[in-house]
Amino acid sequence: MGEQLEKIYDVELRPGAGEAYVCNLTKPEFAEAMKTNIPKEPLPDDQMVEVALKRLDELRKERKSIQLYLDICVRCGACMKQCHYFIGTGDPKNTPVGRAELLRKVYRAHFTISGKLFGKLVGAEKLTPEILKNEWYKYFYQCSECRRCSVFCPYGIDQAEITMAGREVLNSVGLATKYITQVISQVYKHGNNLGIPEPAFKYNCQFLEEEIKESTGVDVKIPVDKEKAEILYLPPSADLFTNTDTMIGVAKVFHAVGADWTMSTYASEAANFGLFFSYDDLKAINLRVVETAKKLGAKLVVFGECGHAWRAARQFMEAMNGPLPFKFMNILEYTAEQIRKGKLKIDKSRNDDVVVTLHDPCNYARAGDLVEETRFVIKSVCNNFVEMDESVTKVKTFCCGGGGGLLTEEIMELRMKGGLPRATAVKEVVEAHGVNYLAAPCAIDKAQLPLVMQHYEIPVQVGGIHDLVSKALILEGQEEFEAKKKAEEEAARAAAAAVPAVCGLCDAEFATMDECCEHAEKDHKISKEQCDMVCEAKEGAAAEAVPAVCGLCDAEFATMDECCEHAEKDHKISKEQCDMVCESKK
Amino acid sequence: MAWLANFVVNVLPYITFIVFVVGVIYRIAVWWSRPSPAPIPVFPGQRTVGSAISRVLADVIIFRSLWQFPGNRILWLGAWVFHVSFLLILLRHLRYFLGEEAVPGWVAAVQSLGIAAALVISVPLLYLLIRRIVHADLKFISTPADYFVLLLILSVVLSGLYAKYFSTPFVVDVKYVMRSLMALKPVDLSTVTLNTAFLVHFFLVQVLVMYIPFSKVMHLGGIFFSPTRTHHFGGEAHTKKLEEA
Repeated sequence: MGEQLEKIYDVELRPGAGEAYVCNLTKPEFAEAMKTNIPKEPLPDDQMVEVALKRLDELRKERKSIQLYLDICVRCGACMKQCHYFIGTGDPKNTPVGRAELLRKVYRAHFTISGKLFGKLVGAEKLTPEILKNEWYKYFYQCSECRRCSVFCPYGIDQAEITMAGREVLNSVGLATKYITQVISQVYKHGNNLGIPEPAFKYNCQFLEEEIKESTGVDVKIPVDKEKAEILYLPPSADLFTNTDTMIGVAKVFHAVGADWTMSTYASEAANFGLFFSYDDLKAINLRVVETAKKLGAKLVVFGECGHAWRAARQFMEAMNGPLPFKFMNILEYTAEQIRKGKLKIDKSRNDDVVVTLHDPCNYARAGDLVEETRFVIKSVCNNFVEMDESVTKVKTFCCGGGGGLLTEEIMELRMKGGLPRATAVKEVVEAHGVNYLAAPCAIDKAQLPLVMQHYEIPVQVGGIHDLVSKALILEGQEEFEAKKKAEEEAARAAAAAVPAVCGLCDAEFATMDECCEHAEKDHKISKEQCDMVCEAKEGAAAEAVPAVCGLCDAEFATMDECCEHAEKDHKISKEQCDMVCESKK
Repeated sequence: MAWLANFVVNVLPYITFIVFVVGVIYRIAVWWSRPSPAPIPVFPGQRTVGSAISRVLADVIIFRSLWQFPGNRILWLGAWVFHVSFLLILLRHLRYFLGEEAVPGWVAAVQSLGIAAALVISVPLLYLLIRRIVHADLKFISTPADYFVLLLILSVVLSGLYAKYFSTPFVVDVKYVMRSLMALKPVDLSTVTLNTAFLVHFFLVQVLVMYIPFSKVMHLGGIFFSPTRTHHFGGEAHTKKLEEA
């Protein structure tokens, strides 16, 4: 562990610091759209406690994890410094154990013998509306459900389970956040988190097809709503707007292996915010995917670069909506498999401009068993890959600070504080290895990490893994296109080089740029690579050497001079006024 | 005070036994019966039942999860030494329960280790106690119950050591009492020589045993049910092979 990373664990204790960060409350129209039956607005105080306790009792009976994790914590504190929000804020309630105790104290007071008998002596406290509003609502929305604490807990207690339970209880009394409920209601309305309507979704796909055509010369299709397809692909919807290079990379991979694939506008989103809200909505959102895949007759469902989407799929899809008549994979597993099979033609040197490090999305590493394939794909398409410290990678990865439904403006300060551990780890590799690309195969990372890097002034670009795949992947016909394009550029450059030049150091004039460069190397010891710093095209010469067209009679000429001569001779236009008639040919 | 001694020796042990057994079975039955709607393992290493078992065992035996963070390793040491000492002390005490006359060989073999453990265990216990007071963050999350259980165990240890080294009861009678209890035969206290040190130790032990089902000490059983450790993810639909087109 580097010195800077070690330092983050010296946390200054600031009890109550987390109370400043509060997510906005939901609006009636969003609350109404949820599949979970929740009140449109917070219940009156006199109803809150009863409803909340009823829901808590149900939850501990419905899920082993909740009952057990309420019971067996010994408060050893091993989890405290594993939480990025504690490291960032210093609030002891903002630790896995501190947060869980908010729920446990209530559980003990109402549901255990010792709590009923001994009260505060065993850490029991009866539920009040204030506990719900001021403690639970604040602190259960300062947990990103990243599950890092569970790795370090001697009993594997999973704060995400406690947080999910806490949020479900809060939902039952109408204390839900606007951000999460809005996103989920957009999924029910438009099929995706961003609320992209069908026409815009399709238009964007066409736009990306054109982009690919322009840069590779290859007709890569991005199919939407095909009636039958072997593969259903689910992107995080942000890939169609902001992280388009990732989407382009994915489309190229499918194209290169000749896959029969499609996306769907009914289920146009890999992400599943139900994971941050309730089992009912988690299941309902996921069902859209399962139904779509069945309707398509898909044999394979592939999830895009999105962390929690992968958890929702890997750990919940089969249990909630199974049995599944199809196989499902993550796009990184898919691409890795195609690379292993030798189906992708890759030129790693095309990524030589980047030194890459990898931020393991929490849900890939801890819930998705996906740490080797990500590295395999990166190493297959890049020559320069550097690992961050092992204390913050793979299963021990730190959250970006914006997961778990916290990627919302009003708690930006908390998000930046939560990003501190990851930022510190990145800073170490930037300083030690010149890393300039932070690969983050998750849509939440791609929204959060650029802000974090900017906040901590760390000069790295944040992007997906398929962005890198896209650069290194060579499609059939792409090389011919590039060769042609290169030849055209060469020709243009040669034309420019044929122009008379002047040496900036000694004002000597030369017939061509090449001659000037030779002179610079010989007389001024300037290497040919740096020649452009010395030799300049003679003023006006470049324009004159360019083919021109006469604006009056459309006659074409090899040079501007010839055109001017023609203009003087045939149209009686003096050479001084030639520029009013002759134009360089576009 | 004869009635009190009689209560601690002839009555309380049965109450203790019933409270402990019923309590522990009830707690475990609750955990056992709660459903798991979805597998929620924390990866890596749990693709199969076998790897889930070995992960749980590693957590039970060497506290593997606690070891992982360098900052937790003093705690790891304190906790591990405490638990192993506790186990050795328990095993040593079997000499008062097992064997008609001579104790089984393996119990005799563990005797000196058990004695050493009894001498050592106060150190990790005090460490576990002091860290809760010294570290502000731990102090914040600690409840009175957390101090209580440490003090209770400490009092059991100290009373035991006192009975062993400073006010030794007649050990043959101690064994006679235990064997009688196991045989459900009341002991006539006028026929045995037990001293106050023993009675205090025996009483405190019973308080501890009765306290277990109501307390966090149940983590001992709970760890075997922890979904993040015990669940594995076969993932039928994820792992199945696709026919090549």
